[in-house]
Amino acid sequence: MDIPLLSFVTFLPALGAVAMGLLLRGNDEWAVRNSKRIALFITAVTFVLSLFILAGFDPSDTGFQFVEDRDWIGGLRYRMGVDGISVLFVMLTTVLMPLVIGASWGVSHRVKEYMIAFLLLETLMLGVFCALDMILFYLFFEAGLIPMFFIVGIWGGKDRVYAAFKFFLYTLLGSVLMLIAMMYMIADAGTSDIVRLLAHEFSFSTFSIAGIEIVGGVQTLLWLAFFASFAVKMPMWPVHTWLPDAHVQAPTAGSIVLAAILLKMGGYGFLRFSLPMFPVASDVMANFVFALSVIAIIYTSLVALMQDDMKKLIAYSSVAHMGFVTMGIFTANQQGVDGAIFQMISHGFISGALFLAVGVIYDRMHTREINAFGGLVNRMPAFALVFLLFTMANVGLPGTSGFVGEFLTLSGAFQANTWVAFGAATGVILSAGYALWLYRRVVFGDLVKESLSTISDMDRREKLLFVPLVFFTLLLGVYPSLVTDIIGPSVEALLDSYNFALASAGTLAESTQQMTTGH
Amino acid sequence: MLSEDLTIVLPELLLAGFAMISLMFGVFAGKDKQAELILYATVGVLALLAVMVGTSAEGTYIAFNGAFIDDGFARFCKVTLLLAAAIMLLLSREYLIRNALMKFEFPVLIALASVGMMMMVSAGDLMSLYMGLELQSLALYVVASFRRDSLRSTEAGLKYFVLGALSSGLLLYGASLVYGYTGTTVFAGISSVIVDEGVSMGLLIGLVFLTTGLAFKISAAPFHMWTPDVYEGSPTPVTAFFATAPKVAAAGMFARVMLDGFGAAVADWQQILTFLAILSMFIGSVAAIGQTNIKRLMAYSSIGHMGFALVGLAAGTQAGVAALLIYLAIYVVMNVGTFAFIMNMERDGRPITDISALNQYSSVAPGRALALAILMFSLAGIPPMLGFFSKYYVFSAAVDAGLIPLAVLGVIASVIGAFYYLRIVKLMYFGEDVDPLTGRMPLTHGVALTVSAVVLLLGSFVQMFGVETLAVEAAASLFN
Repeated sequence: MDIPLLSFVTFLPALGAVAMGLLLRGNDEWAVRNSKRIALFITAVTFVLSLFILAGFDPSDTGFQFVEDRDWIGGLRYRMGVDGISVLFVMLTTVLMPLVIGASWGVSHRVKEYMIAFLLLETLMLGVFCALDMILFYLFFEAGLIPMFFIVGIWGGKDRVYAAFKFFLYTLLGSVLMLIAMMYMIADAGTSDIVRLLAHEFSFSTFSIAGIEIVGGVQTLLWLAFFASFAVKMPMWPVHTWLPDAHVQAPTAGSIVLAAILLKMGGYGFLRFSLPMFPVASDVMANFVFALSVIAIIYTSLVALMQDDMKKLIAYSSVAHMGFVTMGIFTANQQGVDGAIFQMISHGFISGALFLAVGVIYDRMHTREINAFGGLVNRMPAFALVFLLFTMANVGLPGTSGFVGEFLTLSGAFQANTWVAFGAATGVILSAGYALWLYRRVVFGDLVKESLSTISDMDRREKLLFVPLVFFTLLLGVYPSLVTDIIGPSVEALLDSYNFALASAGTLAESTQQMTTGH
Repeated sequence: MLSEDLTIVLPELLLAGFAMISLMFGVFAGKDKQAELILYATVGVLALLAVMVGTSAEGTYIAFNGAFIDDGFARFCKVTLLLAAAIMLLLSREYLIRNALMKFEFPVLIALASVGMMMMVSAGDLMSLYMGLELQSLALYVVASFRRDSLRSTEAGLKYFVLGALSSGLLLYGASLVYGYTGTTVFAGISSVIVDEGVSMGLLIGLVFLTTGLAFKISAAPFHMWTPDVYEGSPTPVTAFFATAPKVAAAGMFARVMLDGFGAAVADWQQILTFLAILSMFIGSVAAIGQTNIKRLMAYSSIGHMGFALVGLAAGTQAGVAALLIYLAIYVVMNVGTFAFIMNMERDGRPITDISALNQYSSVAPGRALALAILMFSLAGIPPMLGFFSKYYVFSAAVDAGLIPLAVLGVIASVIGAFYYLRIVKLMYFGEDVDPLTGRMPLTHGVALTVSAVVLLLGSFVQMFGVETLAVEAAASLFN
């Protein structure tokens, strides 16, 4: 490629943010209006440019495409590229960001800084999915905390400071262990290039530290270090507690970005690092992940049932849905991994839409208490329809994208372990429970609350925001091969090398498998 | 022979000569009338010397029978510390004038301290090391109590003097043991004795005392107690100076003693340094959480940062020393920016050091708040700021050297430390409205703050301005 398209797409929002910071002065109405327009324009242009990536992407090629490679510092290289696994996350980000900016049209406090934070965040999120150098990946991964810290801390709710600190320190603590693992890997493999690391075999011979036998050896330790980071980011039970706080306190747009894109970094990390680089350890630890995933699905669904705050409910539902993702990834079969990626993309649209819907009624009533609502269908028919669609999609109704993701991950899990599939499937029922109950309490019934008697339906801007979300949710629901055709070959190649590595690890892996399942 | 030796020590001679001439000039020109002129002249000379040392011929030159070494390592440290001293002296001008402290002794003492620091990093012998160290320390004791009519400042100076003397005593005691068991004070000689005969028990005890004395000087825990009090009590420009150039000199000296003198006994001192590093990182991080005075906070921050720098040295490898040098260079940049800010924390002409004064600072002065936020994120080690890369280098050196537990503890300490840096960001951006700070920022400070923030933010994209390559070359000279 002559034009560094990936870098261009990645850094365009940041350039826009810098330009906005330097050019727009003051806090008058003119600056406020223009900063919103500029942000929308930049994110829209980024989206259009990213279409060129999708158009030029060849799904049959399982290697990295649009690769860029430049000198960086300290033996590291600035290396970018996308493959079938990452390209859709890039698209997800660029599609959602204009909607996020659109959802922020009502912001009135420090608008310029707000838009700058979101534009920088977009650059950092895109960088995570495009980086092909491990430390570059880490740089984007960590730097994303800074704008999010400000977004929660400045524009958040009542306990925003607590939520911002918890979010920042929790995820930072997870990530630094990954950094040490990365340093070890660089020392071991002599490169920080992800492509070469994917081909490198890390030692998996069992050894013991202080009397504790480490099955899978170095791989398992590295796997655990990466797990610490991605599990927090994902988030998996029991390290999910930062997420409800962050969601409740974040402004609507912050919640959308958090649920729709930032959480996907964890799943993407599992697919990019844990599974292909540490196949033996992934195999050894698969049951551990299954256990955590099933607990997450059931437990957080139950917790979601009991929430009074709509955002918190959706946040817990996100944790449950991410449980399907982690389960799918570590089934290490085509349906499971395809399903996990599909679920992440689909959850990006659905959870984004749900938080947007909560934002719509929050903007009117300034509360997220479920009890403060009821009978909205009488005054907000359009909202009721949209909210119904996404509630159903969240439950996994056939015809929506939610169904495809859950079905694929469940069928993948069924091949790997019937009991896991059984446990996870109960989560589907529970999700129907909390989602439909929420819907009934908020939308149905008679409009008895005095305060709601003058509530207005969605205006044109809000309807417009939902259009693409509805479109993608239904499109992917009825035509899922749009996604699976793109990710399929790359996933297949990933699993081929995974199985090959396991086979060549041979008897050792088998014996450890027996040991871990034997317990 | 003598003329050759003198050529090698020419930069030190020039600076010492300049210091004495300006002392005479200051005295004869009448009390403090020419203080500003002397200050500017000193800044100029320090900067010129940095250029002179930086552009001098490569290679290793040894003078006075091994007592003085001029190699790549020394030159790297000297350029860093001379630039740091020049910048800090320049930045202190406004503060000195505002607080009626503009006396001609100040630049002269800084110049003399700089001579001492240059000696420290070039010392090839325990004697010359001690001479350099004492020259530096004596000058610093005086500037610490530079505000003579302030109880706090004189207390700081006295505390610094008493504890500094104690640490010098420990250092001398260690040096005498080393001399007793090796029969020489020249590093190269000590090294060859260790290679031939191994480390005897007496030598080991000497090494421990020597390390203790050195640890005092870089304020590594558990020998850090003087730091918060001295930082708090000294006039702010002096604190700023303490946080930069002397740290570079002491860490450079530490590295040279360990690697040139005891390079063959890495296994023996690695444990000590690992212990010092872990303790410093954790004490620096944990104790800073409770601080409300920004100067005390920066003192604990410097303790923590010296711990991180020691991680590089504890690795005992060439990559580790390169990481240490990179760490010091980036650390200096971070402190220049941060102290350029702190020197202007004022309300109605009175200096303010309480961090609660920073509440909602971002709405008072968005530009400065942003710059300080970048500095804080950099000090916390969050990418893409250079502060992340400085930590990345030391920890990867430690991992390469097999010190994985040290690296793991280090990153955990850095997460704890992130809390108090974030707290400053929190105050500026999420805090409640209070009386705003009214300090106006002179141009030089504004430039220092802006430049350091920009460098830290974008440095990683421009190959760190070549500092990394230079540091690697400098580190190589210690391993030949």
